[in-house]
Amino acid sequence: MTALPYRKAPELQGVAASRYRVVVVGAGPVGLCAALDLARHGIECVLIDEDDKTSEGSRAICFAKRTLEILDRLGAGQRAVDKGVVWNQGKVFLRERLLYQFNLLPESGHKRPAFINLQQYYLEQFLIERLEQTPVDVRWRSRVTGVTRHASGVSVTVGTPDGVYMLECDYLLACDGARSPIRTMLGLEAKGQVFRDRFLIADVKMEASFPTERWFWFDPPFHPGQSVLLHKQADNVWRIDFQLGWDADPEKEKQPQRVLPRIRAMLGQDTPFSLEWVSVYTFRCQRMERFGHGRVFFLGDSAHQVSPFGARGANSGIQDADNFAWKLALVLQGKAPESLLESYDAERVPAADENILNSTRSTDFITPKSHASRVFRDAALQLAESHGFARGLVNSGRLSLPHTYVSSPLSTADRDRFAGRMRPGSPCADAPLGAGAARAWLLDQLGDAFCGVYFAGAQAPDAGLLARLQGLARMPLPVRPLLLCAAGCAAPWRALGASVFEDSEGLFAGRYDATPGTLYLIRPDQHVAARWRHLELRALRDALSRATGQQAEEQAA
Amino acid sequence: MSTLQTIGRLDAPDEFYEALIEAHRGLSDAQSELLNARLILLLANHIGDAQTLREALVAAREGLESQT
Repeated sequence: MTALPYRKAPELQGVAASRYRVVVVGAGPVGLCAALDLARHGIECVLIDEDDKTSEGSRAICFAKRTLEILDRLGAGQRAVDKGVVWNQGKVFLRERLLYQFNLLPESGHKRPAFINLQQYYLEQFLIERLEQTPVDVRWRSRVTGVTRHASGVSVTVGTPDGVYMLECDYLLACDGARSPIRTMLGLEAKGQVFRDRFLIADVKMEASFPTERWFWFDPPFHPGQSVLLHKQADNVWRIDFQLGWDADPEKEKQPQRVLPRIRAMLGQDTPFSLEWVSVYTFRCQRMERFGHGRVFFLGDSAHQVSPFGARGANSGIQDADNFAWKLALVLQGKAPESLLESYDAERVPAADENILNSTRSTDFITPKSHASRVFRDAALQLAESHGFARGLVNSGRLSLPHTYVSSPLSTADRDRFAGRMRPGSPCADAPLGAGAARAWLLDQLGDAFCGVYFAGAQAPDAGLLARLQGLARMPLPVRPLLLCAAGCAAPWRALGASVFEDSEGLFAGRYDATPGTLYLIRPDQHVAARWRHLELRALRDALSRATGQQAEEQAA
Repeated sequence: MSTLQTIGRLDAPDEFYEALIEAHRGLSDAQSELLNARLILLLANHIGDAQTLREALVAAREGLESQT
């Protein structure tokens, strides 16, 4: 890929140092999403990155449905899905034997698949292309060499090919990766369960007729005692992850004379392939105690790192950005108190813990830490060949699912009874709306502002109700109304001038346990803030102020 | 309330015990260990109830660390 355009910073061209509202450090998937999301919310920022290229090699490759839905909101979802590889079939091997196959059979009625495989550099490229359509000031080849926090903001020292300059900003978003230089400069630590392992990661290009499946080997003959994962990505590039163990020498393992025989042993001596990229990946499970430190906030790997099993690194980091951007935008626009930002910790720290828990369980299965653990692991694998139940115990990584903000201070507890999986704090499940040429998707309609989803079912249209719904958009903090009705019931509403979508397959009603009159208040990050069986403006205003961090202040007043 | 049944439920305890030992006959220690693990997983799935299984884990571990 050609170098991204470096430009001499205005601060180095005699322009008086300006103060910025937000500086985002790190143009990986997390920093790019954060900058794009802020731009969508009307907040311009400076994005700085020490490099001038997208990532080298595939790195993060598995992007889960929730991430694709966030990318849709940011305008990059379709490109990612078009380029990515969708797979549903998987195979699990023990030594030389195929133990079993599985089909993920994803639930239908969602715009996006359960996940796609896509090289990280493509995702970054698509996000950068979106960013070029925004006023975000992207500065490549710019390295943060110093950070100072003070009461009203942050001073950042930036080193460039043309010299060093200072930036002042209100907020600094550190999206600078697992080794986060900013974390180190501020003397902060990431702690936690120390689990260490190394993986040899290879991108291999081959035209071979390998099916589009995920193959996972425990203890294969071509790499005894370890695990191996084979995955297809875009452009006939296959990703192979060889577990090496902690004692392996990373420099030695990267040498072609060591890598090539491993791959040949795996693919067969006669399979032609070319090695695109090889790297040794080292990780440990860790997280910072808090992700917000004054006006410096940590997002993604800088805040928390997990093992690669379950694809929880980039996916959870992008969800950090999704959680944080709208809050910071509201605070900077004076529409919410600064204390709203505290909910970032309240929501994303438990999310990180859930990810660490899941990936640690996978790691413990793949790399047993004790003799007993290994015996049970082998027993589960052996049983899995002929007993369905044991396949549920085999853990080679659990699919990354979004975290439900169960005890979020921003959620309003249910007063009315609801059944089903949805609850305050849940990420919104998608549902198809309309049909034929008018087919739309719920999540696309939610957008990225507060949204009030009213389900009219088969109710007769009601001009009074419609006026009240439309009034939501005129509140001090506007709530965009979204009117849904049962299949075949839209025409009379439209006759009243309403914009309405039909719940054509009844999946919204099913997934949200919606009955005629049900109202959901949805946050800008498409999580449920509150819900009721009837529209009641007072309750809605109350929930809205809670969802924007204003509740505590009102109670004190 | 305890859900783990610890009063005698086996129709013929001696027969079961004999069958259990018999199942291990001729196996190496490593194979025996695997048999036990597989048996535990099969029975755990058959029981299914998480509370019962937790209580069984506690009961099975009880007193082990004070043994020499």
